[in-house]
Amino acid sequence: MNTPMNTKDLDNSGRRIVVDPVTRIEGHMRCEVNVDDNNIIRNAVSTGTMWRGLEVILKGRDPRDAWAFVERICGVCTGTHALTSVRAVEDALGIQIPLNAHLIRHLMDKTLQAHDHIVHFYHLHALDWINPVNALKADPVGTSELQKMVSPHHPKSSPGYFKDVQTRLKKFVETGQLGLFANGYWDNPAYKLPAEADLMAVAHYLEALDMQKEIVKIHTIFGGKNPHPNFMVGGVACAINIDGVGASGAPVNMTSLNFVLQRIKEAQAFTDNVYLPDVLAIAGLYKDWLYGGGLASKNVLAYGTYQKVPYDPTSNLLPGGAIINGNWDEVHEVDVRDPEQIKEFVDHSWYTYEGDKKGLHPWDGETEPKFELGPNTVGSRTNIKEIDEGAKYSWIKAPRWRGHAMEVGPLARYIIAYASGNDYVQDQVDRALGTFNQNTGLALTVKQFLPSTLGRTLARAMECKLCVDTMIDDWHQLVGNIKNGDSSTANVEKWDPASWPKEAIGVGTNEAPRGALGHWIKIKDGKIENYQAIVPTTWNGSPRDGEGNIGAFEAALMNTPMERPDEPVEILRTLHSFDPCLACSTHVMSEDGQELTKVKIR
Amino acid sequence: MAGSQSELRANSGAVNSADQTQPLRAIILGIGNLLWADEGFGIRAVESLHARYQFPDNVEVMDGGTQGIYLVQHVQRCDLLVVFDAIDYGLAPGTMKVIQGDDVPKYMGVKKMSLHQTGFQEVLAMAEFTGHYPQHLILIGVQPVELEDFGGSLRPAVQAQVAPAISVALEYLHTFGIHPQLRDQPLPPQEQLAPTELQQHRYEAGRPSEVDACRLGDERFLNDTTDERNN
Repeated sequence: MNTPMNTKDLDNSGRRIVVDPVTRIEGHMRCEVNVDDNNIIRNAVSTGTMWRGLEVILKGRDPRDAWAFVERICGVCTGTHALTSVRAVEDALGIQIPLNAHLIRHLMDKTLQAHDHIVHFYHLHALDWINPVNALKADPVGTSELQKMVSPHHPKSSPGYFKDVQTRLKKFVETGQLGLFANGYWDNPAYKLPAEADLMAVAHYLEALDMQKEIVKIHTIFGGKNPHPNFMVGGVACAINIDGVGASGAPVNMTSLNFVLQRIKEAQAFTDNVYLPDVLAIAGLYKDWLYGGGLASKNVLAYGTYQKVPYDPTSNLLPGGAIINGNWDEVHEVDVRDPEQIKEFVDHSWYTYEGDKKGLHPWDGETEPKFELGPNTVGSRTNIKEIDEGAKYSWIKAPRWRGHAMEVGPLARYIIAYASGNDYVQDQVDRALGTFNQNTGLALTVKQFLPSTLGRTLARAMECKLCVDTMIDDWHQLVGNIKNGDSSTANVEKWDPASWPKEAIGVGTNEAPRGALGHWIKIKDGKIENYQAIVPTTWNGSPRDGEGNIGAFEAALMNTPMERPDEPVEILRTLHSFDPCLACSTHVMSEDGQELTKVKIR
Repeated sequence: MAGSQSELRANSGAVNSADQTQPLRAIILGIGNLLWADEGFGIRAVESLHARYQFPDNVEVMDGGTQGIYLVQHVQRCDLLVVFDAIDYGLAPGTMKVIQGDDVPKYMGVKKMSLHQTGFQEVLAMAEFTGHYPQHLILIGVQPVELEDFGGSLRPAVQAQVAPAISVALEYLHTFGIHPQLRDQPLPPQEQLAPTELQQHRYEAGRPSEVDACRLGDERFLNDTTDERNN
């Protein structure tokens, strides 16, 4: 099936469905689609209904402070923005950090990645696949058998255990405070799991809740505290005294390092015994639902991350690069400094650029709002019933790599790593696909399977494993380096602004849980002159550009059949697979505190 | 966990539960996003409380920031929870509202600006689902005046409620035998809940001017308040 990537491939003649807001995401987002007579999505429009601009809070401030502000932008990406920010400042000022700081940042960043992926799957995305109400009908003995089959090493598998979970669930549902599980479409035939599998997933929802609180303690050790761990330009905010004693908050010592190792091992066991097997089991039971690939089958982008050798991008555990038009034989090099490569366009975004400028590189980025609606808008300025996507229709800008709309995120990283011949990733993907094919009797190729909603969800789980596995390596390298007598955690040679050039520009990149993240900074006279970020959801949630190229969310929804157009289970499933996070890509504009998704058909 | 790191030396361990030998584990939690004007009420309330008072070891003062689901473990592990937050009860802007126990809805927060809003009601519901729900719960909320001001700080009417809100919390804690001491020395920087650059006065003083950085948002929701904002 040809992947629609441009407005010329779309058909907006069918019934219009409006989902606003899209729930269980960070920030605020609206989605409109047109379905044909068979309820298949033929046009998709994704609107960020919020306005953004980091320079609004950062202009004129001390560059060394920026991390603390950007850490507060969003509730789930805290550390990843802080890390990217200190990297941008270090890049501008030519600061190289010590090896210990490099390793500790990796440990913190991978902790965030693993933590975020686990919470995303179990607490934000799982309810798109599993039905907790159906779990009440399960036979706990059957769930126990299922658990032993999909994950023989997981200790929590007795019928009594699942019976307890079911009883707790029943009690909870009966209080009438459905809370967590309110606002679902629990009798929709889009839910395919047998009750026993649903019960297993509910149990793991609870286990994941217990697990996530343990792994995040790593941030407390290295970042001083959590929520909102501390970062520092030039290194990390913790000191090391390997033989020291003392409570938390004291310098990192062998006791706290051993504590970190235990937390990593727990996360590893959870990923191996629960998370990955669950995703594969769910994928097998949804084997006929291979929709949602969209741009992933064509254009993907990553900046790369986890350098084994500091400041050597060729040593990235997950390589950077760009793939265009689905040609996996060629991975293009990406240069975030090159003004010809990354540009943001505003043809369909509620901004205007001074003069008649087209795309702007982030170093030259402007954030001048211009809210106007197209002639085909239905409704009024304050109550838009149907947006006119032929005109400006989103607060998200349209970033492009050499003019192409790109998908970013774990799936993009995995496709690029696979196509680049990365052994670890190839082995992981091939084994997962082997299990899927074996369980389903299908014979899909990687290219047929991976670019899909399920593939996106699986890539996130595989990446979680990559993170926790390699955290063990980072840990050993860190302990070895410290034992060799190196306890340095920061380079403060250029801490004093008097040592800085009058003007400097820098860029920091990272692979955030949701995808490629870049912060571009201009420093002048020791202060921030301009600060622009392109966050992953700017790429994925991008509106159309002047050439009619549609964004990743939009492309991923195309050609998906809906069971019941007034119950957007399929739309939520695919959008959630991106783990959209609009808090930092845009600015909130929710009219009321409404939790319920309104779905309207016109 | 910042609060627990310091070695606090206040005079009393609170004792007021069925088991008289075990002090209550109490958490005083501020939530919200300090970058969005009155959304920062909860954060500024705990910042101010922590700067002035020193609590016994069984009491932790916490800046929960924009964290949502990630706060669940803290809700689970305490016997007594005090929450400061901006709330939307449709009251006159700047009104304080105190809600206790089962009256605290499993739905809070004003708007979906961050996960704590899609989420704090979910956090409470999740904690309940896991069977670890605080025995004593008080929500001290203030109806915001202004949210749509990225980079802004508390409006005067909300700022004026910080001290009264703290008094409500202290009074509530007194009934459980928790008596903090006024600090005789300023809070050392390493014990602050958040980095110095985010402290309210510094945050406000360093804000870029409106000329340098446009502050306007989406006109659809600015409506006729646009003019007030520009004043």
